[in-house]
Amino acid sequence: MKFKDYYQALGLKKDSSQDEIKRAYRKLARKLHPDVNKSPEAEEKFKEIGEAYEVLQDPEKRAAYDKFGSNWQAGQDFKPPPNWDAGFEFSGGGFTQADSSQFSDFFESLFGKSSGSPHARPGFHPHGSFHARGQDVHAKIIITLEDSYQGTQKTITLSRPGVDQSGHVTTSPHTITLSIPKGIIEGQQIRLEGQGAGGSGQAGNGDLFLEIAFAPHRIFTVNKRDIQLLLPVTPWEAALGATIPVPTLGGTVDLKIPPGSQSGKKMRLKGRGLSSAAQSGHQYVILTIVTPEPVTEAQRKVYEEMARLMPTNPRQGVFP
Amino acid sequence: MTNTILPCTALDETTFFTLRQCCALCRVNAQIIHEMIDEGVINPTGNNPQSWRFAATQIKRIQITLRLQQDLRVNLPGAALALDLLEELAELQGLVTTDNP
Repeated sequence: MKFKDYYQALGLKKDSSQDEIKRAYRKLARKLHPDVNKSPEAEEKFKEIGEAYEVLQDPEKRAAYDKFGSNWQAGQDFKPPPNWDAGFEFSGGGFTQADSSQFSDFFESLFGKSSGSPHARPGFHPHGSFHARGQDVHAKIIITLEDSYQGTQKTITLSRPGVDQSGHVTTSPHTITLSIPKGIIEGQQIRLEGQGAGGSGQAGNGDLFLEIAFAPHRIFTVNKRDIQLLLPVTPWEAALGATIPVPTLGGTVDLKIPPGSQSGKKMRLKGRGLSSAAQSGHQYVILTIVTPEPVTEAQRKVYEEMARLMPTNPRQGVFP
Repeated sequence: MTNTILPCTALDETTFFTLRQCCALCRVNAQIIHEMIDEGVINPTGNNPQSWRFAATQIKRIQITLRLQQDLRVNLPGAALALDLLEELAELQGLVTTDNP
């Protein structure tokens, strides 16, 4: 087990006042909240500062924690000395009133576990826990654009919180297979009833909410239901028109480029995006003209001939 | 480990819930849903609570609002504002990635 520097987690010095601790936590919480901050590390960091704040905002826990303070470095191997908490009194019955199931082993070794809480979830903080029903679990599932285009089946393993026979909160691997509906898009959720955290007593399980995220694609970008592809073309394909095989999520199709096309021209392949039963998505193809570099004398001559035959000032009317 | 395919619901724009279902799903009472409607957080179809239908995509808005209230202690108008700004941000980020792939 590694020692955790709670002051460092909140960017504070050891002699910070309770007010400074509160301010530092609130500022970081706004920044790192997983609904606000989409970076993958945000959720982990949000939990870390929550744990740090749980200890430091409580003068009793803080005093106990400070007892080690100066002798330990973050990340150092840590073992609490026997009877370390002798002489400290923790109010409120248990060691912690917060939902400590999400806290680290380090926290548990110092302040214990909240026992019997069915409200554990690996994601965000619990809310609305009026019943002893298991907590809802929120998780992300990363799929490919192809998965959404066709619809597919996925098998995933999550760690599911539950309550063991002695009433302690535990987590166990939980493997599920589900079908990903065709046309589901980033940010939408799939709900699996009763696949959340285990309830206590006779109460039922919570639900599992899986939020869809797309893995980055090699050639396509996506905006809601529409996918987009940059299509490199030669100047003569753009000028004279051409039929070009273009990749789509459903296989290659022939795209007709009209004569006189410009770079940046946007063309739509209807229904080739992420279409669901109710709404259709399209694929947009954006032309980008690639100008070949003249290498030989003959090639240079062709460009010179073009300059002579087609005198053009593309800046005319664009600049004042 | 089981390999049977579990039944699931895609919370997309084709699925709709009644007020009662919505409350059960988000584990809140109807009062909270009423307040969120008044604040413009969610917008059901239908004219009265009996005929209200909530698009499943609104469930996420309710859940985010509840988490922001709980975790960041923002009040309802503040959460509504944050939600709108977050949506706008996501849209802009979507434009940035499609314009600069």
